[in-house]
Amino acid sequence: MSLPVYDAVIVGSGAGGGMAAKILSDAGLSVAVMEAGGDFDPAKEEFRTQLRWPWESPRRGAGNRRPFGDFDAAWGGWEIEGEPYTRAPGTRFDWFRSRMVGGRTNHWGRISLRFGPKDFKRKNHDGLGDNWPIGYEDVKPYYDRVDKLIGVFGTNEGLPNDPDGFFLPPPKPRLHELYLMRGGAKAKIPIIPARLSILTRPINSQRGVCFFCNQCNRACNAYADFSSGTVLIHPSMKTGKLDLYTNAMVRAVTTDASGKATGVSYISKTDNREYQVKGKVVLLGASACESARILLNSASPSHPQGIGNQGGHVGRYLHDSTGADRGAIFPQLLGRDRYNEDGTGGAHIYAPWWLDGKKLDFPRGYHLEFFGGMGMPGYGIGMSMETMRRHILDEFGKPSPNGGYGAGLKRDIRTLFGATVGMSGRGESVPQYSNYCEIDPGTVDQYGIPVLRFHYKWTDYELRQARHMHDTFEELLTASGATLLGTKPGPETEYGLHAPGRIIHEVGTTRMGTDPRTSVTDTYGRTHDCDNVYVVDAGTFVSQADKNPTWTILALAWRTAEHVADRFKKGELS
Amino acid sequence: MDRREHLKLLLTGSLGAGLLSAAACTPEEKTELEALAGGGYGRTSDELDRDRAVQAETFYTPKEMATISILVDIIIPRDEVSGSATEAGVPAFIEFITKDMPSFKLPMRGGLMWLDTESRARFGVDFSEAGESQRIDLIEDIAWPDTAKPAMMPGVRFFNRIRGLAATGFYTTRMGFDDLGYKGNTPNEWDGVPPEVLAKHGLDYDNPWKDRYLKKEDRYSPVQWPI
Repeated sequence: MSLPVYDAVIVGSGAGGGMAAKILSDAGLSVAVMEAGGDFDPAKEEFRTQLRWPWESPRRGAGNRRPFGDFDAAWGGWEIEGEPYTRAPGTRFDWFRSRMVGGRTNHWGRISLRFGPKDFKRKNHDGLGDNWPIGYEDVKPYYDRVDKLIGVFGTNEGLPNDPDGFFLPPPKPRLHELYLMRGGAKAKIPIIPARLSILTRPINSQRGVCFFCNQCNRACNAYADFSSGTVLIHPSMKTGKLDLYTNAMVRAVTTDASGKATGVSYISKTDNREYQVKGKVVLLGASACESARILLNSASPSHPQGIGNQGGHVGRYLHDSTGADRGAIFPQLLGRDRYNEDGTGGAHIYAPWWLDGKKLDFPRGYHLEFFGGMGMPGYGIGMSMETMRRHILDEFGKPSPNGGYGAGLKRDIRTLFGATVGMSGRGESVPQYSNYCEIDPGTVDQYGIPVLRFHYKWTDYELRQARHMHDTFEELLTASGATLLGTKPGPETEYGLHAPGRIIHEVGTTRMGTDPRTSVTDTYGRTHDCDNVYVVDAGTFVSQADKNPTWTILALAWRTAEHVADRFKKGELS
Repeated sequence: MDRREHLKLLLTGSLGAGLLSAAACTPEEKTELEALAGGGYGRTSDELDRDRAVQAETFYTPKEMATISILVDIIIPRDEVSGSATEAGVPAFIEFITKDMPSFKLPMRGGLMWLDTESRARFGVDFSEAGESQRIDLIEDIAWPDTAKPAMMPGVRFFNRIRGLAATGFYTTRMGFDDLGYKGNTPNEWDGVPPEVLAKHGLDYDNPWKDRYLKKEDRYSPVQWPI
């Protein structure tokens, strides 16, 4: 039996793989997409979690099975049975994987932020790390196209490092968001409409518009938000040029004696046997760490250290966004009037980094995200009344005692509904050579594939940034009229800074550069030592801005795929 | 068309949800239909297997369940707004969640034992056999964490836990949602906070974005770039 030789084999069906698959199949090239998980379409009843009620789940939506709750769309999490990873002693990293078509774009927060001009040249501004070898002007045309193809709401603000784009109209803020905006004005923290890839107006006839259920993380059966499966992969399959391989766990890129890639080798999760798929070019969009793992596991006589690793940089400079959070209660919202306040997924507002260039004791910025409102109750509602009840005052201003039972307890749970708010800081860390993943020589997963071992420690830059975040939370929440919950974390808990990997923005493991000794790929994501292997995920990021990475993954994958299609036209890949 | 395909076809469209509870199905067909529908809430087959394994196990004894039922109705009694915890099926939820979150098993079982021990010491009988006012006397000593006596701490801890489970179990049911007055989880058109609510809070949309927010009438009109 003779197997087809595809023009392109793409590993991963998330943002990067999905965009590459769309552009290459649109260009008339034959494409195989390898996905380690199963097929997923939120419009199919068997997968639907959207618009379900908590009582449809026996655990009422609790997060002990799926990390973000039973109704979240992600098939996967920080731990996956049979697919372990390890950590070097004294270091931390948690690795989130979604094993499904569309990957993590099924459940993500849809926060769609372009990097700004400074984000590509941080070293020029603070002397730390490295500049990207490309700049905003190189990526801008692709951001523009991503905006128009996929759709994102927001507003043009003319901000220097939070560029304008092509925005759909944003939804009006919710009640607690208006209070936060008023607090922002007092605290001199500019709060503007959110930028989320959710369709508030139609952009084509294939996708519906948002019907305001606030459940983007459950994946939308109207395709009104961006996920790679619904917007890129499945529509591209209609061209007849794209073959989707599911439950196909790629182990390695295969190479010939000359060192050229010939395709990939994968384990079928259906029968636990190894297969090959041949292609003229291989594009890795498996996620920053999984692509690094595949490159390192692709060692052969022509690539003894693995593909792309002649300079020893595959896996290096792994970095995630920083994150810290704080909760509060709005006394002015206790016993509030009821109405449907679901709105779109996520917050309708956000605060881009507002202190750029100010004298601070840490180098890089963060943006603010907000949550609150009368969202749908799930597992957890009514808990913590042993500490929360004292925030409820009776008509004479007397606080309820903590704890209790009976009709008074029910009354206070009712009163509290919709009155809690929260804030998160999501910031830029400084990439470190010493933070990395490598192959753990002693451990394999259930498919026999050597696994990753992580080495990651935050530096004082991130700790001081987290301390500043908490100062901001207190300032802004207090200015908004909120009563703070909990206590401000100190140095003993690293200022509440989440462990690396927890924000799920890991990037940098196959960073781009012009010097093969200090980078893995060129400016198009092509590995320096293998002419027909590309990386289309966030592995190529030199630095992760204080922005969410998805919009930049999409723009860069588009740019790379166009470059690859161009090389096919010139006859360079055959 | 094979039987599985036929069942799958039955599930498509709005018929599916109704079918799952329809008496027309045999028990085997119902199980199969549920599996095809993702267990009724979008499960993968592995997840469905785990749910079934948890459901097949029994943790609490009938006596423990009787005590749990008494406790949850003390915590969430029927009032002028809504029904009680047992009316909302809270004991069954507590049985499930205790098995599903195994770290609950020991403190729940131990807490129930502590309660019976304390009740016997005071009244000579287990909690479930004590009189109503005796029960409340004991509960009063463990229900208020900020003022409880140190010797009552095991009881306080246990009561905090079961209070949380009873409340969450109740307020995640239709009865609980009606009690809260929750209005969402349905397709709608968000056009901002209702004007009368805004007025009450002294807030408005008179800001730099007031003309740029989504207008209801534009919701179905395709975008022409740039807008």
